[in-house]
Amino acid sequence: MVPPSFLSARANGWCWSGCAGVIVFSLLVGLAHALDLPALTGRVVDQANVIPAASRSAIEGKLKQLEEKSGIQLVVATVSSLQGQDVETFANELFRHWKLGESNKNNGVLLLVAPRERKVRIEVGYGLEGTLTDALSNVIITGAIVPRFKANDYAGGIERGVDGILSVLTTDAAEWQQRPRIRTDDRQTLIDQLAPLIFLGLLIFILRFMMGHARGRASAWTGRAGPPIFIPYGGSQWGGSSGSGWGGGASGGGFAGGGGSSGGGGASGSW
Amino acid sequence: MTGTFRLRTLIAVVGVGSFLAGCGYNTIPTLEEQAKARWGDVQNQYQRRADLIPNLVATVQGYAKQEKDVLTSVVEARAKATQVKVDASQLSDPDKLKQFQDAQNQLSGALGRLLAITENYPDLKSNANFLALQSQLEGTENRISVARRDYIEAVRAYNTSLRTFPTLIWAKTVFSGSKPMAEFTAAENAQSPPQVKF
Repeated sequence: MVPPSFLSARANGWCWSGCAGVIVFSLLVGLAHALDLPALTGRVVDQANVIPAASRSAIEGKLKQLEEKSGIQLVVATVSSLQGQDVETFANELFRHWKLGESNKNNGVLLLVAPRERKVRIEVGYGLEGTLTDALSNVIITGAIVPRFKANDYAGGIERGVDGILSVLTTDAAEWQQRPRIRTDDRQTLIDQLAPLIFLGLLIFILRFMMGHARGRASAWTGRAGPPIFIPYGGSQWGGSSGSGWGGGASGGGFAGGGGSSGGGGASGSW
Repeated sequence: MTGTFRLRTLIAVVGVGSFLAGCGYNTIPTLEEQAKARWGDVQNQYQRRADLIPNLVATVQGYAKQEKDVLTSVVEARAKATQVKVDASQLSDPDKLKQFQDAQNQLSGALGRLLAITENYPDLKSNANFLALQSQLEGTENRISVARRDYIEAVRAYNTSLRTFPTLIWAKTVFSGSKPMAEFTAAENAQSPPQVKF
């Protein structure tokens, strides 16, 4: 009994469109948060508009220097609203959405200020929890940030907070190493995930092409063993985690998250 | 005719091969391992909390020795909580998970009471060591919440893969031994981390 060729081709096609559908769906789910999170437009994201331009460029300069020297991604964000969440949950969601820090080191830090709810939080990535401990984050918040926020000096509070975090991070020599090479991790993963799909597409195309030939010249095939069988190797990437390469969200300025995550370390404060 | 037969079997083999590799054969084991790894994280964070407690008890004792009952209950609850361990292979057993959760909830309760009584000791509240411990405790409670959320999410993904198409096919055949994992149950009294107020 010969399986009709159209059935295997259709089953193949159905399977791939089904898989593609699942992937697209899971990507969309991954991207569409219940929360409306701001985009990572740079190292200082001032959604609440409380940082004047001069302070902003000064802070951005320091953060850029930190990343160049140690790979640590410290981002300052002010949000117009916490959207009903507590600051810990919101900070963690935002951190993970932006994927701060390198994916293998998780060395990201987020300084989140919510002026409307009067909450501030330092969210620390997994890799830096030993250096920028909860106790130190608390000291920075209560000592450097909150007193200035109470006096309505947001720029000053944030600048002092950033200085405090920098001093903690840079006194630990292990975190302070030269980083000459540019990170390209996110782009790589994207291509890696597309490669099996492209490969399969080519394979199917070649097979269809060969089928067309075989109808006319059956005799040419009898002597040959047939082309070697290629089993796609990239299958493991389809069923597993969905959006790892896509969520990086690189926008203008060329600054993007490095794929890191946070486990909820850090400290919060209010004023 | 044999030529087209060979060609068709080739297509069938490649079709099956790509179906196998592309359509979720690897999904179930991958998700299972992810859920187990997230469980490891949860246990780590609970252990971290347990490790903070001896230092906390010692600091409080320095100022509030007379509060023997509360201090003893914390020490006992901690001992009990560290004894209950759930191995990754026991994750499909909801009773085991409930045991673990109950032990940890007891510890949370005892910790809450301890932190409540520290309100009466202003010297203790301004002690630098105590302040550091408090922030570490808050941080750990937050980490526990995050780890639990991640675990619940991973278990949800795994359990869903066991029941939805196309991975359902693999679940019924090759992975018929895999069972859905248990999740955390909400506590009867809404569990909140020990509140620290100044």
